[in-house]
Amino acid sequence: MDCGIFATSYREDMAVLFTPAAKAKVAVIIALFLVFPLLVNDYYTSVANLVAIAVIGALGLNILTGFTGQISIGHGAFMGVGAYTVGVLTTKLGLSYWAALPLAGFMAAMVGAVFGIPSLRLKGLYLAIATLAAQVIIEYTIMHWTGLTGGSAGIVIQPPTLGSVSLTNDTSFYYFAFCLTLIAVVATVNLFRSRVGRAFMAVRDRDLAASVMGINLLQYKVMAFGLSAFYAGIAGALLAGYQRVITPENFTVDVSIQYLAMIIIGGLGSVMGSVYGAVFIILLPIGIRAAAGFVGAFFPDIQNLLLAAQTAFFGLIVILFLIFEPEGLAKLWNDVKNYFRLWPFSY
Amino acid sequence: MLLQLLVTGLVVGSIYALVALGFVLIYKASDCINFAQGEFLLVGAYVSLWLITSYQVPFLLAIGLTLCVSLLLGMLVERLVLRPFIGEPVISVIMATIGLSSLMRGIIQLFWGTETRIFPDIFPQTPVTFGGVVVSQVYLWSLGLAILLLIFFSLFFKFTTTGIVMRAVADDQQAALSMGISVKRTFAITWAIAALVAAVGGILLGNINGVNSSLAHLGLKVLPVAILGGLDSIPGAILGGFIIGVLENLAGGYLDPYFGGGVKEVMPFFILVIILLIRPYGLFGKEIIERV
Repeated sequence: MDCGIFATSYREDMAVLFTPAAKAKVAVIIALFLVFPLLVNDYYTSVANLVAIAVIGALGLNILTGFTGQISIGHGAFMGVGAYTVGVLTTKLGLSYWAALPLAGFMAAMVGAVFGIPSLRLKGLYLAIATLAAQVIIEYTIMHWTGLTGGSAGIVIQPPTLGSVSLTNDTSFYYFAFCLTLIAVVATVNLFRSRVGRAFMAVRDRDLAASVMGINLLQYKVMAFGLSAFYAGIAGALLAGYQRVITPENFTVDVSIQYLAMIIIGGLGSVMGSVYGAVFIILLPIGIRAAAGFVGAFFPDIQNLLLAAQTAFFGLIVILFLIFEPEGLAKLWNDVKNYFRLWPFSY
Repeated sequence: MLLQLLVTGLVVGSIYALVALGFVLIYKASDCINFAQGEFLLVGAYVSLWLITSYQVPFLLAIGLTLCVSLLLGMLVERLVLRPFIGEPVISVIMATIGLSSLMRGIIQLFWGTETRIFPDIFPQTPVTFGGVVVSQVYLWSLGLAILLLIFFSLFFKFTTTGIVMRAVADDQQAALSMGISVKRTFAITWAIAALVAAVGGILLGNINGVNSSLAHLGLKVLPVAILGGLDSIPGAILGGFIIGVLENLAGGYLDPYFGGGVKEVMPFFILVIILLIRPYGLFGKEIIERV
């Protein structure tokens, strides 16, 4: 839609940041994120940290569900695998957090790939149920292998340090989490410009046709599961490093459902959608609490009602998005942008 | 010990069978799974409890009213939530029912809070003994009801027009439409029946364990039952309920000492993974073979 662009090579044509204006925009946004913790207080920085972790997890789930079309209700458990890998490696084996972080990703990827193997035979509903079984089995293992995971008491880990800087305070952790999130977003955007990413999308659109075109279905489906679980593992490891205490209730089936809600509200099969969705779902309870506080000043009864209605509200929003905007916030945002770009001639 | 475990497994299995029946009915007619089945259960349990304790409604009348409420609720849910998803991809439908379960759980908590409530004694409390095995009477009731409903629905699907219409819709929606069948009406009836069956399960379960929101987890726990029997087979759901009930009780009884407890909770899901790998269509499900 931008005019005055004359790409003279395929490389230029396929560039992510098409125009100088786009490059400048991205640079400004990154700069804004870098100064963000200096402008707000610690509370908002801590919220931003949770959002950053959720963005990585949501990106992973979107690779699997949005781009490859394989639904998973086990994402929370894969995050748990990552978190507990960090916990066990740092406390039992004395590894540093930085060595444990990638290993957490690989461990989760391995577990994810194993549970992805049934995806060759199972589709849609059955696959959803198989991943639900993965969730339950992993949750059970975490709760009952007390020698390794500490059961319901969990594991307490040392705060990660970078050189002499300890990542205990929110601001220093923010920069670390922001870098990882940025890497994850860029990597995901580029993934879908590559052969592998296109194969994923072919599998989603019609797996039979993809198979006819020479895509090895087992290999790519298992790869999608592994990659998705890798992101989840990293997100889990980050959460472990941030909270410094790893307990099973951070990785229940409700968490898996939250992540599914993120990518559905954000937009299935959209990288930026994962980001919007993660922001939305993390901010939703905070927003409701703020609204309740505001209303509570006038009507104390409604305050309690609003707080109690959080679960209901979450479900309602998911249903409304599914009915009225299945392509999620990413589509809404594009519609808004296009409206202003084309204004006043909306055709 | 073996006999006691077997009998407990059978009676628990009968409740699983009741709940799984709801899943199977919905899947049979509309090819989607209702992840909010557990919440329907909860609604049934709470409404009957509320009628009995707050308004002193006699038990049978209360059950009748509860079943009416459930019927209406099922139709309402189908109309408002599920109907926009006819013909949509399966992930949307799954997510919609998951969203529905959050919505319903939230509303239920608004009305009734989260603490456990105890049913007044409805069924006789004296347990019955069979050759040294003790069984409480509620379990016998649920066993009898499960068998009754099994017979009823088998006949219903075979001989009544509505049942045949539901089978036609399940087989092919477009073909059914072209024969002049109202697919929408059929879906509404299906959801109403599923909610009704769930309410029966909820009332029985409420009598056994008391009512709190953890009852809704049973909605997920019976998924292995439905899969084992075959998602579209009513006898399969009943038999699957008994098999899973017995297996999980045996596993709980014999394996708990080695794994530190709770094997009962996870055993059905182990079975589930194995079935999915070997026979995804279950014991009696329709075999759809697709080679990729």
